Amino acid sequence: MDITRRTLIKTAAVNSALAAAATLFPDISFGAWQNVDNTSARIDWKKTPCRFCGTGCGLLVGISGNRAVAVKGDPNCSVNKGLCCVKGYHSVQILYSKDRITKAQVRKNGKMVEVPMEEALDLIAEKMKETIKAHGKDAVAMYGSGQWTIPDGYAASKLFKGCIGTNNVEANARLCMASAVTGFLTSFGLDEPMGCYDDIDHADVFVTWGNNMVEMHPVLFSRMLANRKIKKHVKIIDFATRSTRTSQAADKSILFRPQTDLAVANAICYEIIRNGWVNEDFVNKHCSFHKGKTNIGYGTEDHFKFKDKAEASSFEEYKRFLAEYTPEKVEKISGVSAMDIKYLASLYGDPGKKVTSFWCMGMNQHTRGTWINNLVYNIHLLVGKISSPGNSPFSLTGQPSACGTVREVGTLTHKLPHGVVMKEKARKMAAEIWNVPVENISPTPTYHTVEMFRALDRGDIRFMWIQVTNPMVTMPNLIRYRDGAEKDDRFVVVSDVYPTPTTDVADVILPAAMWIEQEGFFGNSERRTQHFDEIVPPPGDAMSDTWQLIEVARRLGFEKQFPWSRDTYIQDIWNEYIRFHDSPKHRMAPYEVLRTQSGVQWPFVNGKETKWRFNAKYDPAAQQEDFHFYGKPDNRAWIWLRPYEPAAESPDSEYPFWLNTGRVIEHWHTGSMTRRVPILHGAVPAAYVEINPEDAAALGIVNGAKVKISSRRGSIYMTASINGRGNPPMGMIFVPFFDEKYLINELTLDAFCPISKQPDYKKCAVKLESV
Amino acid sequence: MPVFSYLAYPVRGAKHELLKELNNLSYCEAMPADNEEILILVTDTPDPETEEQLAATLKKLHSLESLSMTFGHADY
Repeated sequence: MDITRRTLIKTAAVNSALAAAATLFPDISFGAWQNVDNTSARIDWKKTPCRFCGTGCGLLVGISGNRAVAVKGDPNCSVNKGLCCVKGYHSVQILYSKDRITKAQVRKNGKMVEVPMEEALDLIAEKMKETIKAHGKDAVAMYGSGQWTIPDGYAASKLFKGCIGTNNVEANARLCMASAVTGFLTSFGLDEPMGCYDDIDHADVFVTWGNNMVEMHPVLFSRMLANRKIKKHVKIIDFATRSTRTSQAADKSILFRPQTDLAVANAICYEIIRNGWVNEDFVNKHCSFHKGKTNIGYGTEDHFKFKDKAEASSFEEYKRFLAEYTPEKVEKISGVSAMDIKYLASLYGDPGKKVTSFWCMGMNQHTRGTWINNLVYNIHLLVGKISSPGNSPFSLTGQPSACGTVREVGTLTHKLPHGVVMKEKARKMAAEIWNVPVENISPTPTYHTVEMFRALDRGDIRFMWIQVTNPMVTMPNLIRYRDGAEKDDRFVVVSDVYPTPTTDVADVILPAAMWIEQEGFFGNSERRTQHFDEIVPPPGDAMSDTWQLIEVARRLGFEKQFPWSRDTYIQDIWNEYIRFHDSPKHRMAPYEVLRTQSGVQWPFVNGKETKWRFNAKYDPAAQQEDFHFYGKPDNRAWIWLRPYEPAAESPDSEYPFWLNTGRVIEHWHTGSMTRRVPILHGAVPAAYVEINPEDAAALGIVNGAKVKISSRRGSIYMTASINGRGNPPMGMIFVPFFDEKYLINELTLDAFCPISKQPDYKKCAVKLESV
Repeated sequence: MPVFSYLAYPVRGAKHELLKELNNLSYCEAMPADNEEILILVTDTPDPETEEQLAATLKKLHSLESLSMTFGHADY
């Protein structure tokens, strides 16, 4: 649309009316105005989920001509009810930075040269064929993302697992929520939360476990604050290893020493039992007790293998196990006073209070990530506070489709869209839907993410295609993996929207359509699938990651498996994909329904979404009288005996500080998009290191001074932040990872949870020097 | 070529009827609030005579309780 003087006048007229209306009615919303006809003088508003974080806020994007020019929260979306965070409000600006990649590039004589898209796609297919011929099918790999759309991940899985026949498919969600998955599977037998965001409106108590929600899930935290404002008795308890904005907003902040959340969770259970707060009817009817292996290692060596073995236990054995975790004993390990442990137990134990626990990376990026997930479920199970409004243990996700694409489509080495590769039944189902011989699908998982990059370094993998993620910033122990990717006989393809340290190591760069430049689906933290249309055209030669995969698949000879037309391929893929989930436990909404709504929660059965799983009142798959944990063979939720074990690397005399890494509200992950939005970049233009004021004073470091941080793996120079937005306790520093100028992951350790294989970015040992 | 905008208040329970009636009129665009009984009306007429005729038509709408002008521009 051309912007004429008249258009501007009419826009001013509309804006004046909107302002006047907002003066009279502060909460007034005009979200439906895009439905009005004859809107030539205004922008058109189209619905989409936000593409930052896993909350899944509904947005309305304002379109003028072919350009996205405005954003507002979608009042019809139950997730955010019209609210956005600072990233959401500026989200459309990520589309239009001047250095957008719009042409394919190929490395020729050491330099990246722009080439036609067809030439780049031909080269990728050729390289894949060559690599498979010379080194076998397990020498090619796909590394994707929780920012993949559902069709992106589905096409990748079908091509690599179904057609090529390698299980070398992984996604960066391994780095952010694999422990949540294994936590769900070991405790309940099925992945993803039983509750939903409506729990926020019902709960009386919120406990945030190592979870800075004010910055990482601000819209959900706002809903918590709204609940607390309406119901004066509502309490928010922040349980964390450093003081953050969440600690400041909470009613009580409790700090624990890194890794000791394991001990505190057990101590809370000890107290619940000691005080007689166990919901015995619930536990007797719906829980069983189990124990697994202990001293399970940390995975820092190549080819590390671990398989847990569940053994039946009993309530009596569990009580004896917990005797080691009295509040007084745990106070010594954790630094949390016995009084605070008893206070936490009393909140969970009070039958009159509904309790919701939230966590995200603090519990999941943890060398005992699966265990700590199990232990928080133990608390909720003991008191029967689960699967009902306001009673919810809830693992939040960090990415917009970590759930939808990675967990539900199954873009991890061991997974298929339904079930795991090790199960013949799951392979048969996939082979039938994908129209491939069942022998194509290997029954053996290959490499989880850390091991996949180790394999690239070793040369076991020679070809890697990376889409929608930036591992040359995010991999722990980064120097090793960057050196591996840069080796001469490795071939790396990167599909992305802006230059990054990952495109720096690429042999081919493909220009990708992003977010609303393509049709797609995301799946958020609360089992909500969200559709979005192609709202603006992609620039230059950019195409969706899905279509890139289809183009290469056809060049590899898989036309039969990828027959779709460019006009309808997203709908066709959706219709094929949902055949994998056609049961009351996981049925997805039809395409036509998703197009019209701001997301639908699965299981979607008889035209209704399911808000609380495992509760017969809400869940059509629950067949027992009240609760039914149908994911496990014994139809019970499992309470696990999991001990406290220390971190893989702890401070010592040479490296006396804990290094904790994470994010800030203004920047999304590695900052490749948000650093290109002027207002977000201006707000936090560079990474920094938060230092406790007493530590800083002892080292002679003042605010803004340059310091050197070193670990056993590398060193970095950064600016000190003292009494900034976060404040670590003595003996800990915190560094956000959004800034590629300061690659903090050159220092972190590639230790991981042996069950989930998710690395621990929150704990390694460093030293700090004034320079 | 006058352009005006208004807050349009419907008579009780007639918000949708008013929206329909306004959008059926030439030179009018109306948009409803999602959560209040109020609409925004923008008029864009080619000349003062048409503007006067439109104003007279608006006064006759049974679903319209009142109009509050929020913006006015007359490019004569």
